[in-house]
Amino acid sequence: MSAGVQRRWQGLLFVAPFLLLYCTILIYPLLKGAWLSLYRVDLFGGGTFVGLGNYGRLFADPVFWQSMANTLLLALMIVPLLTAIALALALALNRATRGAAILRGVFFSSAVLSVTIVTLIWRFVLAPDAGLLGELWTAAGWAPLPFLSDQSLVLPALAVTTIWWSVGFPMLLFLAGLQQIPHDMYEAAALDGAGRWTTFTKVTLPALKRTTILVFMLQTAAQLQLFGQSQLLTAGGPSGASRTAVLFLFESAFGRWELGYASAAAEVLFVLIVAVTLTQYALTGRPGADNAR
Amino acid sequence: MPGLQLRGVAKSFRNTEVLSNVDLDVAPREFIAFLGPSGSGKSTLLRIIAGLETADAGEVILDDRRIDGLPPGQRGVAMVFQHYALYPHMSVRQNMAFGLRNARVPQDQIDRLVEDAARVLEIDPLLERKPAQLSGGQRQRVAIGRAIVKSPKLFLLDEPLSNLDAALRLRTRVELAQLRERVESAFIMVTHDQAEAMTLADRIVVFNDRRIQQIAAPMEIYARPANRFVAQFVGSPAMSILPATLADGGTLASVKLGDGSRIDTSVGRDSLPAGAQVELGLRPEHVRVVLSGEANTEATVDLVERLGERSLVYARLRDGQQVTAEAEGTTTAKVGDTVGLRIDGAAAHLFGPDGTGYHRAAA
Repeated sequence: MSAGVQRRWQGLLFVAPFLLLYCTILIYPLLKGAWLSLYRVDLFGGGTFVGLGNYGRLFADPVFWQSMANTLLLALMIVPLLTAIALALALALNRATRGAAILRGVFFSSAVLSVTIVTLIWRFVLAPDAGLLGELWTAAGWAPLPFLSDQSLVLPALAVTTIWWSVGFPMLLFLAGLQQIPHDMYEAAALDGAGRWTTFTKVTLPALKRTTILVFMLQTAAQLQLFGQSQLLTAGGPSGASRTAVLFLFESAFGRWELGYASAAAEVLFVLIVAVTLTQYALTGRPGADNAR
Repeated sequence: MPGLQLRGVAKSFRNTEVLSNVDLDVAPREFIAFLGPSGSGKSTLLRIIAGLETADAGEVILDDRRIDGLPPGQRGVAMVFQHYALYPHMSVRQNMAFGLRNARVPQDQIDRLVEDAARVLEIDPLLERKPAQLSGGQRQRVAIGRAIVKSPKLFLLDEPLSNLDAALRLRTRVELAQLRERVESAFIMVTHDQAEAMTLADRIVVFNDRRIQQIAAPMEIYARPANRFVAQFVGSPAMSILPATLADGGTLASVKLGDGSRIDTSVGRDSLPAGAQVELGLRPEHVRVVLSGEANTEATVDLVERLGERSLVYARLRDGQQVTAEAEGTTTAKVGDTVGLRIDGAAAHLFGPDGTGYHRAAA
C-alpha cells in the first residue's frame, strides 16, 4: 500500500465515528422511509409490497391536501413576518446599553421554552372565555373572538404563537450579522450625506443579505415541519382547519398504524421542503460573491 | 476668514481627557499633518472636524461657517478612511457616486464627475468592479476618488498610507503630493510616520499628551523643536539627550557634560532660564566619530549600524551616558572599541528643566 493511500485511510478513520452516527440516524431512516412508502405495513410484522399504491391513495385523499394547504399557508404567514420582526428587533437592540442587553435576553428567552410550555402560555392568552385577549376584548366592549375554534382564525393564531416562540434565534442571527458590519462603513455613509433610511437600505440591508437568505431558508424548512403547536393547541381542529402535514403523517402512523401511508406522506413533504429551499437558494443568487470587503 | 479654524476644542471620554483646549488655523490649500504617538488625540481631533465625534467644548469654523453643530455630510469635508470603508456591494462607480446622489446632484453631472476623477486616478477601467475585486492600492485610489468627486473644502486623511506595502506607500505618497497640486482644497492628514509628515506637509502639528506640542514647517520642527518631546519624536534615530551643567559667563552658553568635557553651544545665554541644570540635545549628524586628535570626548561602542553611505554608532560616554553618533560608511569601529567623538556644539540644542527647547539664534 502506498503512503498516499494509507494516509487517505487514516483520514477516514478520524471521520468514521461521525459518519457512522450520521448513517445510522439519518441516511438509514431516509432510505428505510422511502422503502416503507412502497409497502402496506403496520407496526406489527411484515408488510405487503404495493408499489406506488400509497402515493395514489395519498393524492386522492382530501385530508392530506388540506393538511398540505394548511402547512403552506402557515409558512407563508410565519416566515416573512418572523424574518421582518426578527430584523426589526435586532436593529432596535443592536447597541451596547444595559437595557438592550436585558431586552435581548427577554426576546430570546421564549426560544428556550419547550413547545408544551409555549402552547400552555398561548392557551391562556387565546382562550375566549378566560384568556388574556378575551378579557381585553370584553373590557373594550366587544365579544371575545374564538381564536382556537374558528376555522378562519385558527391558522393566524397558530402563526402568532409560532412567531412568538421562534423569533429569538433569527434575531440572534441578525444581531451577529449586524456586528459584522464595520463601523467605518456607517461613518463613510454619514460623510456621504446619507440619511437614516438611505443608510439602512444601501448599507445595512445589503450587508445582511446572506443572513436574511439563511434565516428565510432555515425558517421555511422549520415551519413546513410545524407540528407541536398544532397538535397541542388545537389537535388539528376545528375540522382539520389547523392540521399540518406533519400532524397528518403522525396521525396516520401512530393513530391508524398505517406506516407505509405515513411514510409516503413524509416523502412528499421531504421533496417539497428540498424543492422550496433550493428554489429560494437559486432565486437569491449565489450568496457571498460580492460580500467580501 | 477663509480656511479652517479650531477654537478651544476639548474632548473627554468618560473621565479621560484626550484633547485639552486646542487652537489651530489652517489656511486654504494648506497641507497639514497631525503627527504624534498612538493615543495622543490626533485622530480624535480629525474625527471632531469630520463630525464623527462631538467636542465637549470649542468651535470648528470652515470658510467663515461654524460647522461643529452640522452633520458630517453637510460640513463640506471629505474623508479617506484608514481601512478605506468602501461599500462592498456597490461597484466602484456607485461607491464614488453615492455621496453625490445623496446630495441630489443631476445624474449626467454625477457621471461626468465620477469619470473625470477616475481618469485622473487611473481607475477608469475598474469602474464596474466591486471592491473585493481590487488590490489594496486600487481600493485606496477609489477611496480617494470618492472624496475628490465631492469637491470638498477640506480633505481629511486618516493614516491613508498605513495599509499599503512599503513600495506602494512611497508611490502613493508622491501621488498624494501631486493630487494636492491639482485640487483647490486644504488637507489634514493624520499619521504616525514622520517621513510622511515631513515630505507631504506644509506644516506639521505635533501632538502628545492631549495637547498640541508644536505647529511649524517640517524643517523648523526638525531644527528648532519646541520641547524635549518633539525633539525626540521627530528625527530617526532619535536625538540624544544628555544631562549637562551650565558654565558661568559668556554671551553664548557653554555646558559641561558628566564625563567632564566642555561643549560651546550657539544658544544665547540670556534666553536660558535661571539655574545651572540643563540638558544637551544632539542629533546623530552633529556627533561624528573621528580620530582622537580631532575629538572633544571619547566613548565606548555598543552597536554599529551600517546603512551604506554612513554608519550609526550607538556609544556610551565615560560616565555611562548614551549617545548616537555618525561615522563613515567604511568605519572600522566595532563593538567594545573606544572611539573619539567630535561634538558640533554650534548645532546643539539645550532643554530647560521644564523641557522647553532653546536653539541657536535664527540665521
